[in-house]
Amino acid sequence: MTTVDSRPVDQGRPTPDRSWRSAVDRLRRSETGRIFGALVILCAVFSILRPHAFPTTGNIVNIASDASVLLVLAVGATYVILTAGIDLSVSGVLVFAGVIAAKVMQALGGQSVGVLLLGLLAGMVAGLAWGLVNGFLVAKARIPALIVTLGTMGASQGAALLITNGVDVRDVPFNLVLSVGSGTVAGVPWLVVIALAMAMIGGIVLSQTRFGRYTYAAGSNREALRRTGVNASRHLIKVYAVAGLLAGLAGYLSLARFATTTLGGHATDNLSTIAAVVIGGTSLFGGRGTMIGTVIGVFIPTVLQNGFVVLGVQAFWQQVAVGVVLIAAVYLDQMRRAARERP
Amino acid sequence: MTEPLLEARGIERSFGQVHALRGADFTVHQGEIVALIGDNGAGKSTLVKILSGADQPNAGQILVEGSPVRLDSPHAARDLGIETVYQDLALASDLDPAANLFLGREVLRPGLLGGLGFLDKRAMARDTASEMERLGVRLKDAAAPVAALSGGQRQSVAVARAAMWARRVIFMDEPTAALGVVQTRQVLELVRRVRDAGIAVVLISHNMPQVLEVADRVEVLRLGARVATFNAAEATVEDLVAAMTSGTAEERAA
Repeated sequence: MTTVDSRPVDQGRPTPDRSWRSAVDRLRRSETGRIFGALVILCAVFSILRPHAFPTTGNIVNIASDASVLLVLAVGATYVILTAGIDLSVSGVLVFAGVIAAKVMQALGGQSVGVLLLGLLAGMVAGLAWGLVNGFLVAKARIPALIVTLGTMGASQGAALLITNGVDVRDVPFNLVLSVGSGTVAGVPWLVVIALAMAMIGGIVLSQTRFGRYTYAAGSNREALRRTGVNASRHLIKVYAVAGLLAGLAGYLSLARFATTTLGGHATDNLSTIAAVVIGGTSLFGGRGTMIGTVIGVFIPTVLQNGFVVLGVQAFWQQVAVGVVLIAAVYLDQMRRAARERP
Repeated sequence: MTEPLLEARGIERSFGQVHALRGADFTVHQGEIVALIGDNGAGKSTLVKILSGADQPNAGQILVEGSPVRLDSPHAARDLGIETVYQDLALASDLDPAANLFLGREVLRPGLLGGLGFLDKRAMARDTASEMERLGVRLKDAAAPVAALSGGQRQSVAVARAAMWARRVIFMDEPTAALGVVQTRQVLELVRRVRDAGIAVVLISHNMPQVLEVADRVEVLRLGARVATFNAAEATVEDLVAAMTSGTAEERAA
């Protein structure tokens, strides 16, 4: 028999079903399954310790609202990290976009839906612009993403402070705060609905479309992608643009939630975002990861924070715990990669 | 003999003061395995890059089935049915074999979903399976990322990708350099199958016994020019080595 690999062990194995449903199932059983298990255990522990405070509808809604802005950022960061890139700028871009949206709505005046939508548009365009700058510098000027986005993080944060003279814009349209910021649909906060919608769209695009396929390929072997005739640089620019666009949306959502531009309140959002994505199983080396993993990854730091508050433990412990989990997640990723690379 | 499938005439290429190719000729006929050999620095890689569209000659002519062509990008070469298996394989190791075979040439779903860029994974998996079947490649797990495959299987995936899209010629740069004995055998078997399917294969190799075993014809480069061509069945390793190292410019009949 002339087969390229005819070791007897392989012979009896049935050809796995290649439908996307089975692919999803396989992922569930693997890394994503383990992260989900960790989240369930975390929730179970807090529930047992505080059965009347933690597993309540009100608290669950709280956790979900806390997670939603982070989730919007993490959807974009998943794409960026899958290309073996990194985007530190989202925390600055979020604030900048929030300021632009607030200023535009302030200038237009009024509370109409039109004004709110123009504010949203302005915020997203502002985010997109920063994303394009990042993408261009990373893909065309070939400056390392860490440096580019560190630079634009400072620049966007600084620009936001310049525009506002360092004073938070507080006259956010009240309708925005009442609707998007604290309103609900069938008991689910708007923020959560929007964030989950973004995660769903992001997940479908990632796993089912050519755009997603090129994102994985760019992180896995950019040169190979380029050699097949794909404009890999243009794809990278698009990926950073998407991350910027989502950071713009996150800025708008943050504005709606807090009714102020929270100039100083987002300094660590970039690290929380990266931590969530990496905890969710996306490899910092690019090429591997899933959106469902990111969704779970976002909830781990959020549940920890909420649980510590409910338990009355100093909330600062959350930062320590997330740091430890992040390092452990990256270490596991390295081990997996080393085990997989065969001669 | 009929028109050569691919022919290079008087290819010149210099990099600054270095003349990598000095009027190199090269010929590939339909349905043959031709080995391109030469010592380090003889110009093999440069010639292959030029013939696969990755580099441009300073002078010379390239003909496909007798008509002159311009290979100003890998794209142009691919459009003419010329594929290359790079030494580093150029596979996205986190993607499965089907995704790699169709990388850059994805099949989209019909209708609106296709317009939105949705992939027809089922069709691509089906075509990949039949291509693997045709070439006699049996993968451990058709849905596993390429990184989880053995070296020989990865090489097979890279060759299968080239075989799937090539209509005329496949260039293979040292396809067995990193492989063990058994895997080398299997890859060479695969190369023969590709040839038997009607696609010419250009094999770049340093392994003389292997060249004589698998190739139909051998062309020898020395100092940027073709110095000899052999009919593999009639040549010996000594002949090849002599031509590579001290080759007279006299060409022997193929």
